[in-house]
Amino acid sequence: MQTQIKEGFQTFKSIFIGMGITLRHFFQPSVTIQYPEVRDVLPAGARSKLFVNIDDCIGCNLCARACPVNCIDIETVKATADIDLGKTSTGNPKRLWVTQFDIDMSKCMYCDLCVHPCPTNCIYMVQEYEYSEFDRKNLIFKFSDLTPDKVIEVKEKLVKETEEKNREKELAQQKKDQEKEKDAGKTGE
Amino acid sequence: MLEFLENIIPSSTIALVVFALFPLVLILVYALFAIWAERKIAGFIQDRLGPMRTGGFHGWAQTIADMLKLIQKEDIIPKDASSFLFKLAPFMIFTASYAAFAVIPFSSGYIGSNINIGAFYLLAITSFLTISIIMASWASNNKWSLVGGMRTAAQMVSYEVPTIVTVLSVLIVASSMNLMTITEMQTGNDIMGFLPNWFIFQNPFLIVAFALFFISMLAESHRVPFDLPESESELVAGYQTEYSGMRWGMFMLAEYADMLLLSLLGATLFFGGWNSPFGTFMSGPVWGFGWFMLKGMLLVFVMMWIRWTLPRYRVDQLMHICWSILIPLSFVNFVLVALWEMIF
Repeated sequence: MQTQIKEGFQTFKSIFIGMGITLRHFFQPSVTIQYPEVRDVLPAGARSKLFVNIDDCIGCNLCARACPVNCIDIETVKATADIDLGKTSTGNPKRLWVTQFDIDMSKCMYCDLCVHPCPTNCIYMVQEYEYSEFDRKNLIFKFSDLTPDKVIEVKEKLVKETEEKNREKELAQQKKDQEKEKDAGKTGE
Repeated sequence: MLEFLENIIPSSTIALVVFALFPLVLILVYALFAIWAERKIAGFIQDRLGPMRTGGFHGWAQTIADMLKLIQKEDIIPKDASSFLFKLAPFMIFTASYAAFAVIPFSSGYIGSNINIGAFYLLAITSFLTISIIMASWASNNKWSLVGGMRTAAQMVSYEVPTIVTVLSVLIVASSMNLMTITEMQTGNDIMGFLPNWFIFQNPFLIVAFALFFISMLAESHRVPFDLPESESELVAGYQTEYSGMRWGMFMLAEYADMLLLSLLGATLFFGGWNSPFGTFMSGPVWGFGWFMLKGMLLVFVMMWIRWTLPRYRVDQLMHICWSILIPLSFVNFVLVALWEMIF
């Protein structure tokens, strides 16, 4: 009987303690962030979307090789001799046209591994997290600033240049061969 | 009130209908408000905000939108269910709640029916709730519904005993069953010079009676910690399993109406009904209605507050609390209240 009364007292005590706690929380300001109107400040290292500063990219392909899920797709074309692509802001000379720099954010796992190998710090995470799309294809972000026409032009130029170089080489080879033949003729006489 | 309506409305039939519809309007408005308030209170207690979008200010129109959604839903009746009883049950449960409001004295100027057996009628008509719940569970032709319904019926029948005994202990103090008379007896501020003449201050054992009444009232209206009939987090919805759309909405409405009914009954019996706590200051029919609703709403708020504080009891604990604690205590308390009344 005595224990029962004690237990009953304990029950009521704990109920009132619990109700006190809930009442205190009732008057506390809520922690909810009203998302579309109010946005939380993300931590400085938040990884939410990849961005490439294509002006600084030298097309070295290091990021694509570092990527564990192969979501970066880079295609480069060698710049012809008559064009100087300039230097990056970090001072590295640019020697390649970056004709394609696609990042498939639907594949990306936000590991940040591609960011650190970059010699010019041109690929990095930005704090933009609202880029949902209805079509998965739209999640492939294209960073190359060359127009398709320009890409074709650049490629043709390179082909021409290589052909010319090859021809020059061939001519040089032929000349050498001829000279050799001549020399051989002389010695053969 | 009825005479006033008959004076301004030419047809006495229409006046009577308007008179009778007043509690219905009150219940509907209250239910919409209370469901929203419950969600807001839940939110605030858990440091959230609750509904915020619908209707602008703090999502006040959320329940209206929910009701519109429920009305649009398909009316699904299980193939093998007893169709007539299945359809009837939700209306019957709401009718029972609504009918009980007839004897509640909303203010000194308004009581649906000023009968001398008011309290008895109220307790009798709320038994209809049990019948409609069994009807719903049986007609669903679903074993989970039936088990849930039986569990609910067992709970309600058990807890009716302490409810009735505690109400009875007020009735012997008041020596009347007319709820209007009971309220009128609590007019005035005579206790210790300033306290209102409410029954809870008149007799120390009535404080215990109120505590017992409040606990059994929580069980009667299926509120936490006695909300086993639904217990949405772990059981199938009990007797409501097969119900959907507006028929389910009727159960919900009846539950909230029941909550209000028992809170108002508690306010009438223990807290002076429509009496102002300041004597003649701020009293009168309209003020009285305001005071009465304020008292009822405070009790409803405490019920909600408890809901978001306490966990749920098991079935065996529920029955243990009722049969071996509440019922003996309420009987002992009943005798003590009677003795106090005899001596003083």
